[in-house]
Amino acid sequence: MAGLLLSPTEKNFILQGVQDDFRSDGRSNIDYRPMELETDVVSHASGSARLRLANTDILVGVKTEIDTPNPDKPGLGKLEFFVDCSANATPEFEGRGGEQLANSISNMMQRAYHSSQAFDLKQLCIFEGKQCWKLYIDILILECGGNLCDAVSLAVKAALFNTRIPFVKAALMDGGNIDLQLSDDPYDSKLLNVGSAPLLVTLCKIGDKCVVDPSAEEESCSVISLVVGTTGNSKFYCSQEEAKKLPNVESKCSTIGMNGAGSVAPKTLKDAIQQGLEAAKSLDKALGQALLRERQENISFKKHSYGFLK
Amino acid sequence: MTGHVSIRLASERVNHCVATMNEPPRFYTPGEVITGMQDFMRGHGTYTEDDCLKASVAGVMEKVNKLICIRPLKSRYVGEIGDVVVGRVLEVQQRRWKVETNSRLDSVLQLSSVNLPGGELRRRSAEDEQMMRKHLQEGDLISAEVQSVFSDGSLSLHTRSLKYGKLTQGTLVKVYPSLIKRRKNHFHNLPCGVAIIIGNNGYIWISPQNHEGVMEEQKDDDTVDQQSVSRSDRETMARVKNCIAALVASKMMLDDTSIMFAYEESLKYDSVKDLLDPETMLDISFLTQHRINNIMEE
Repeated sequence: MAGLLLSPTEKNFILQGVQDDFRSDGRSNIDYRPMELETDVVSHASGSARLRLANTDILVGVKTEIDTPNPDKPGLGKLEFFVDCSANATPEFEGRGGEQLANSISNMMQRAYHSSQAFDLKQLCIFEGKQCWKLYIDILILECGGNLCDAVSLAVKAALFNTRIPFVKAALMDGGNIDLQLSDDPYDSKLLNVGSAPLLVTLCKIGDKCVVDPSAEEESCSVISLVVGTTGNSKFYCSQEEAKKLPNVESKCSTIGMNGAGSVAPKTLKDAIQQGLEAAKSLDKALGQALLRERQENISFKKHSYGFLK
Repeated sequence: MTGHVSIRLASERVNHCVATMNEPPRFYTPGEVITGMQDFMRGHGTYTEDDCLKASVAGVMEKVNKLICIRPLKSRYVGEIGDVVVGRVLEVQQRRWKVETNSRLDSVLQLSSVNLPGGELRRRSAEDEQMMRKHLQEGDLISAEVQSVFSDGSLSLHTRSLKYGKLTQGTLVKVYPSLIKRRKNHFHNLPCGVAIIIGNNGYIWISPQNHEGVMEEQKDDDTVDQQSVSRSDRETMARVKNCIAALVASKMMLDDTSIMFAYEESLKYDSVKDLLDPETMLDISFLTQHRINNIMEE
């Protein structure tokens, strides 16, 4: 990440804090900083969310478009991720500076959502082999305060939870072409089933321990960080009665990525994945609760958008 | 063993305002007309356009007789001679170090204005110019005093006293320079067992109290670097750090008294990580403000 300069003694202090399981702001190695979430912040997007984790600020917008499915996957829709690093975040992002980071994050997200157990692309199908929905997920990084991957994945899941896809009213077959008529009413729309959408957990290896949710200072102390993508649990995203009907699913690891120059021993890797799964579970639960609470608040329509003001 | 995760909604956002005055001061935004009258003088943070005096920064108005200034809430540090600053060495150059001090321009620390470790007198030779990196290298944090201000506003620092110099173990907290209260002394050994340096430039250094004194440290730099900080010291430091963050969120002035009050108020929360919660932060700054008001009345 961004080149933050630290003195050797400061690094030593952080390292020993991690060893002691007591970080410089009092968190233990598996604690997250408090986050703030708001969905439906961009009025002209199908779904949007803004997540703030300490100083990291992420805005996600989802745009829907009709597309033809890939010939080899006729029944599936499409997802496309695009990450934009705003130069407001750090001066290094100016020009093409943030491109590499943006590409690595969007590739990571693409890989994490690739699995059919992570996100069911069938729900984006309109006519098998002919037409499907394509979701453009635009991620804007407004401020960097460490732990970008986790924040991005949480914000994307929240935005997808908020996404409304219009119902198809009628379809006209004209030879090979299909003419769709979409419903004009914004509330005549379906919500996506995103319960199992993956979350990314970054585990930063500092010394020989791994920490979740590293601050920017901690990130610059570690030589390698592991990103573990795990599938979510739909139970956290529906009411309790519905949750009882759902089968029990264990979250699975859908992708692993590594950032940095260092290396990890096989045992550390295994432990880290386990730790990532644990962390993702509590993240998933907290996100589900927050999203359901927000939906409860604005049952019919959104009263107030807080956004960036207040 | 599951981690602590809390996600709150924007609608549950906490308002950190703890102002006890009936009416908070009028806040001007850039471009806002302050006055249309001609007989005022244009001070810092203002400009004239269309025969009106307008604010060029976001902040509050200060009026001295006919001079109108706007003091910005957030700004870069504007140095004054004698200020204590905490800065980070960015570059080692010919006979000087470039130091980042949160000002508009990087400050310089001349080789001629440092005391070498051990109080040794410096000989002006090519050798000691080559030894500069041994003394302070890129990334090192230092505490220093502003020696002079150049015409372009950049600062020249000096560390010609035993209390200034390289900082070893601890954490740095960055706050707005406008929140730092100017005091006679900016080096404090808090009664809770933590030493803090409140830099005028908004950089606050928190470190465990050094029992042996500074002299020891300079003799043997390497051993101090490797020394581990005890768990209780670490906890107190984290608590002080979170208390400062709480005070900053409520835009309260920082000095040793307010930090110590906040620390004492925070003791009712057992776990240090609880202090990261916005409600707790507000509670602490509210109680601190209350205690400060009580003192002012007495």
